[in-house]
Amino acid sequence: MTTTHKRFCQAVVERCGENFQRCLHCLSCASGCPVVAAMTYRPNGVIRLVQYGFSQEVLESPDIWLCVGCNTCTIACPMAIDIPVLMDALREIALENRAKINETGILNFHKEVLDSIQRYGRTHKLEIMMRYKVRQRDLFSDMDLGLKMMAKRKLDLLPSRIADTKSVSKLFKEFKG
Amino acid sequence: MTPMLREMQEISYFPGCSLATSAKENNQSLKEVCAHIGFNLVDLQDWNCCGSSSAHSINSELAFHLACRNLSLAPAGRPLLVACPSCSTRLRMAQHRLHTVPEAREAYELRWGRPVDPDLKIIHFFELIQSRGPFGRQPVDALNGLKFAPYYGCMLAQPPALRYERSYHGLMEKMLGAFGAQAVSWPYPARCCGTFLSVARPEVVSPMIDTIMRGALEAGAECLVTACAMCHLNLEIRCNLKNRLPTFHFSELLAIAYRTPIQKSWFAKHLVDPMPLLKERRLVA
Ligand code: SF4
Ligand code: SF4
Repeated sequence: MTTTHKRFCQAVVERCGENFQRCLHCLSCASGCPVVAAMTYRPNGVIRLVQYGFSQEVLESPDIWLCVGCNTCTIACPMAIDIPVLMDALREIALENRAKINETGILNFHKEVLDSIQRYGRTHKLEIMMRYKVRQRDLFSDMDLGLKMMAKRKLDLLPSRIADTKSVSKLFKEFKG
Repeated sequence: MTPMLREMQEISYFPGCSLATSAKENNQSLKEVCAHIGFNLVDLQDWNCCGSSSAHSINSELAFHLACRNLSLAPAGRPLLVACPSCSTRLRMAQHRLHTVPEAREAYELRWGRPVDPDLKIIHFFELIQSRGPFGRQPVDALNGLKFAPYYGCMLAQPPALRYERSYHGLMEKMLGAFGAQAVSWPYPARCCGTFLSVARPEVVSPMIDTIMRGALEAGAECLVTACAMCHLNLEIRCNLKNRLPTFHFSELLAIAYRTPIQKSWFAKHLVDPMPLLKERRLVA
């Protein structure tokens, strides 16, 4: 292993504060993961890639974006490794290093949610969905569903906003990076 | 039926974005049930979004501070009820960090101008229900044999840092069973619903939801019961099977069981109409 490889692994350990070097590669995590079918390497594979320092493979993998943080893996893991926290850290590192992101839809969705919180202090679902669709240049999928939800008043036209938007936007300025 | 006679206890309440908007029926039925068993829910003044899955997915520092702002708003001396299981995990994780990392505590105190409340209890709806113990003179057949698949989704799976917190395993079965509903035994009570992937990758989520729905059908359930608005929505919008069971919020069935004023408007908000089933079981007029 080269030093760059080692350095990457160390940086990830430091970033997430989770010692995934304890991983036994027993596959318990992968066998229960609800999105494993859509993944390329699977949760334990992601850990393996980090251990071997394959930074590009792991940072460009769809797996880190597909993980929904459901903790199914962590309760199955005999070593109680917090895989979602590792995935959180890998996503952040991928963004900071401008890695090529193959799940742009998921990233765009997260960005729209955060923009909404920045604007209102809360999420405005209708606007998030519309802006997401525009960003994706995909205006028509789920159109029926959107209309149905509007008819059931599940999507409010106007946002609910907090009074003290200032303190929230201050957080965004400080931490959005 | 009038609420049981006892002094109302005040509880701070964090509804979260879903219950405040897309799942109002969940919010209203939850408040009805709480009032009925003697809890007055007082909205946390000016609460903000907990950061949802998106903040911790791409910016965990921001997620931490968004959660902290909410904690800083909680008045002393009352527990904080968090309706949504995901919001609850976010707020609990932030609290855990405040309790275990002195620097985080200091930064919090500096930013929000108040000390961390060491006694603030973050509780789930389930705990309120449980704290009232056996359910007084409720009719034991109030739910008239309704066969349900208890669906907890990921709420039973806590991150390792929170592993010593209370688990709610079996509570829906116990409570609704006490009112004469029948829980079916089925394989997917704790299978993840796919959460936010439902927006960007619906084709990944639909097979997950179809599996859950098929499991409930094959076990002989007439409906699913959830305690999470996100699970509820995904079960309703991402199921591709022809035969779909209706899904109830746990609080809606409790409201029926307690015979609190039931509003048909709750059920009108469902995308899979539960009214035929409720009528068949004679649970609504
Ligand atoms: S379950 Fe835990 S120990 Fe087993 S492979 Fe997954 S992360 Fe490693
Ligand atoms: S937390 Fe992520 S990796 Fe673990 S089971 Fe859930 S989706 Fe899979």
